[in-house]
Amino acid sequence: MTVVCDFEVLRPEQGVAALLPDGSQVAVFLTADGSLHALDNIDPFSGAAVLSRGIVGDRGGVPVVVSPVYKQAFELATGKCLDEPSVSVAVHRVRVRDGVVELT
Amino acid sequence: MAESTPKTLVVIGNGMVGHRLVEILRDSSWRIVVFGEESRPAYDRVALSSYVDSWTFADLELPPLTGCELRLGEKAVSVDRDRRVVTGASGVEVEYDALVLATGSVPFVPPVPGRDLPGCHVYRTVDDLDDIRATVEAADRPGRHSGMVLGGGLLGLEAANALRGMGVSPHVVELAPRLMPIQVDEGGAGLLKRLVEKLDLTVHTGTSASSIERDGTRLIARLANGLELDLDVVVFSAGIRPRTDLDLGLELGPRGGYLVDAACRTADPRIFAIGECAAVEGVAYGLVAPGYAMAEVVADQLSGGARVFPGADVSTKLKLLGVDVASFGDAHATTEGALEVVVNNAVAGTYSKLVVSDDARTLLGGVLVGDASAYPSLRPLVGKEVPAALLQPGAAVDVEMPADAQVCSCHAVTKQTITDAVRAGVACDVAELKACTKAGTGCGSCVPMLKKLLTECGVEQSNALCEHFTHSRAELFEIIRATRVTTFSALIAKHGTGRGCDICKPAVASILASLGNGHILGETQASLQDTNDRFLANLQRNGTYSVVPRIPGGEITPEKLIVIGEVARDFGLYTKITGGQRIDMFGATVDQLPEIWRRLVDAGFESGHAYGKSLRTVKSCVGTTWCRYGVQDSVGLAIELELRYRGLRSPHKLKSAVSGCARECAEARGKDFGVIATENGWNLYVGGNGGFTPRHADLLVSDVDTEELIRVIDRFLMFYIRTADRLQRTSVWLEGLDGGLDHLREVVVDDKLGICAELEAAMAAHVSDYADEWRGVLEDPEKLARFTSFVNAPGTPDPTISFRAERGQRVPVQLGIPEVVR
Repeated sequence: MTVVCDFEVLRPEQGVAALLPDGSQVAVFLTADGSLHALDNIDPFSGAAVLSRGIVGDRGGVPVVVSPVYKQAFELATGKCLDEPSVSVAVHRVRVRDGVVELT
Repeated sequence: MAESTPKTLVVIGNGMVGHRLVEILRDSSWRIVVFGEESRPAYDRVALSSYVDSWTFADLELPPLTGCELRLGEKAVSVDRDRRVVTGASGVEVEYDALVLATGSVPFVPPVPGRDLPGCHVYRTVDDLDDIRATVEAADRPGRHSGMVLGGGLLGLEAANALRGMGVSPHVVELAPRLMPIQVDEGGAGLLKRLVEKLDLTVHTGTSASSIERDGTRLIARLANGLELDLDVVVFSAGIRPRTDLDLGLELGPRGGYLVDAACRTADPRIFAIGECAAVEGVAYGLVAPGYAMAEVVADQLSGGARVFPGADVSTKLKLLGVDVASFGDAHATTEGALEVVVNNAVAGTYSKLVVSDDARTLLGGVLVGDASAYPSLRPLVGKEVPAALLQPGAAVDVEMPADAQVCSCHAVTKQTITDAVRAGVACDVAELKACTKAGTGCGSCVPMLKKLLTECGVEQSNALCEHFTHSRAELFEIIRATRVTTFSALIAKHGTGRGCDICKPAVASILASLGNGHILGETQASLQDTNDRFLANLQRNGTYSVVPRIPGGEITPEKLIVIGEVARDFGLYTKITGGQRIDMFGATVDQLPEIWRRLVDAGFESGHAYGKSLRTVKSCVGTTWCRYGVQDSVGLAIELELRYRGLRSPHKLKSAVSGCARECAEARGKDFGVIATENGWNLYVGGNGGFTPRHADLLVSDVDTEELIRVIDRFLMFYIRTADRLQRTSVWLEGLDGGLDHLREVVVDDKLGICAELEAAMAAHVSDYADEWRGVLEDPEKLARFTSFVNAPGTPDPTISFRAERGQRVPVQLGIPEVVR
């Protein structure tokens, strides 16, 4: 379990990045409807750890984050890349407990 | 001769018409050899006067020819018709199976005593213009130079325009009682004279030069009416004569030109003549469109066809010295019983005359001066029934065109051809129509008509911004401006669908910023911004950012240079000089950005907006302060412009430059708005671009003072910001603007839409509300808190980022691309 931050720090549709003890990184998003999502922070197309800095929105109603490097969209719920279906990023479990966002 | 040996076509002449013929036959079975006297490749002689804008030959050059043997700088000196051999000046001999003469024309120089004196020139080639320029530059007259153009026809006014571009005030001398006697009638010419005389031209009609003498460094011309003109340069442009100095023993037409039949064939069946050197059934034409038609005819004949010259449409539409002039059909009402309908509006500065048949049912021709926007609709109606409404004064020209009407007269493309291409799905926009029908690729005057035909065929070009909005960016701008909505959520709830995306969010953020809605990282705006705007820095490939402080006009003190050096050294940043005369520092992490900017802001720097779709830099040369050749303070103006427009959010980035003289060291014509100093003030160019599709900027206003210059730029920028599409640079915007540069000038100079006061007020609000974005971040703990790599470990460096050394600086280590299965 890794603590990300207080829930109230999160802003809708603005991602944050968290560092895990093993040195890997997770991007955490709060969508406008209040749901939380966590994906690997590394953009598989550029190798840069930047997905948390992507624009959050929807494509055909599916909530996505768009990589700020080459603009591929990743489905927040599944990590699937909508522009190249063979590519995906790992999804992490995230929850809020006592007002604190945690990765489990 | 074996069957497989290709036959040889020799083309003598590498002008526009010869070039066109070779282009058409490029993929045919002919082996083609071209003799060109000039050592330059073929160029657009019609646009010759525009050479003065840039003095860049490449701007005029026609697409290079492939699939032929091009012998440039090799004049054809003789033709042996018995042996079928052309001999070049170098002695080279080429045997032909077919020969095409495309030798063009020579300028007509009236036999005025003194016409060969130094300082007297003709106006025909790029070299002529270079020579005229050399004469003008050598003149020692203080202030504006003085010149004389002999000939007040189309070519003469073009030459006068070129002289103006060189800082010469021209006298135009025309033997006929009016300007452009061939194309324009008395009423139209009267208005034309009035309009061009506002532009520093002096017109002398009904007279001629009786002598030219040299007096020291000056030329003195005496006119038949007794006037004496004190001049620096004289240009002869009193017409052209077919060039037939290559004697083949062939018959010439009554007014010169190799005599050819309707198939453009001379009496020798292997020899053709096309363009200005040809007299088709006795008639020579001095325009490029009939020449192109002849090239088509000969290409068809050489391919086994039987096409003949359809007769020329000598209609013309052009812009002379910024004045629209069009003439079509029977412009002088020479048809028996022809009636004229004239509307002469001296106040508006427009003149129109329609010539109709004696029963007022058939349109025969017309003349338009001052406003030729009706030309594309009217010209195809010549010879057709004229709608009665057209004959009412002030009638708007909006009439159904018959299918066989010619839309593009340069390439003889009919309405039918265009609508067929659209209906068959071959072309869905103007660019595709140009590619498949060639319509609009000549003079371009029919492009508005092409757009109209596309619409008439039901082609709807969706300009919806993205899946969330059916509106275009321009429509959204108007919605946001009118409803004063300030948040994306409110906008999309009312006018869109879904939650938005990486297209509409930054576009709306940009519109909100253009309309002045506080800091771009404000509570409701931050999540709309692309990463560059969100971190006020430029994302690089390894996830770090680069930092560019503003250096207005590229002018910087040693103290500030030292600060930049110290900051770069202390944070281990890679430094590079940018193309916009500033310094880029690379390799900063998001945590470092506020620390870096604290140092920079303390030293007096502010955001350079290198990350924004907004004004980047205004480059400058050193100007009069230091340069021996400068005529204005280009650095001072560049700084003034950069400080005025800094932070202005726009549909795409904006680049600018100011050059202190016509040498153009700041490369202003490659910019969205570029300023070039003249002896009398400034010339403003707009719509330039480097990048993927380079484009030289177009001259919008000339010789204006600083106050007027800034007023026009204010209006231009705000009009662009309001009406352009998302990520559409000014170059593409201008290309697509209905009515093009003329329309732009009507809106932002003449205030035809009556919106200039509004545009100026919007810019005034931007200027007064400007605040440095980085200072705004440093002063706000909320915003500062967003600049962390890891929300759960502030200050911990991102472990994926590492550097290596290259040429003494830190550069990123290439990142591994993990787990991409393709």
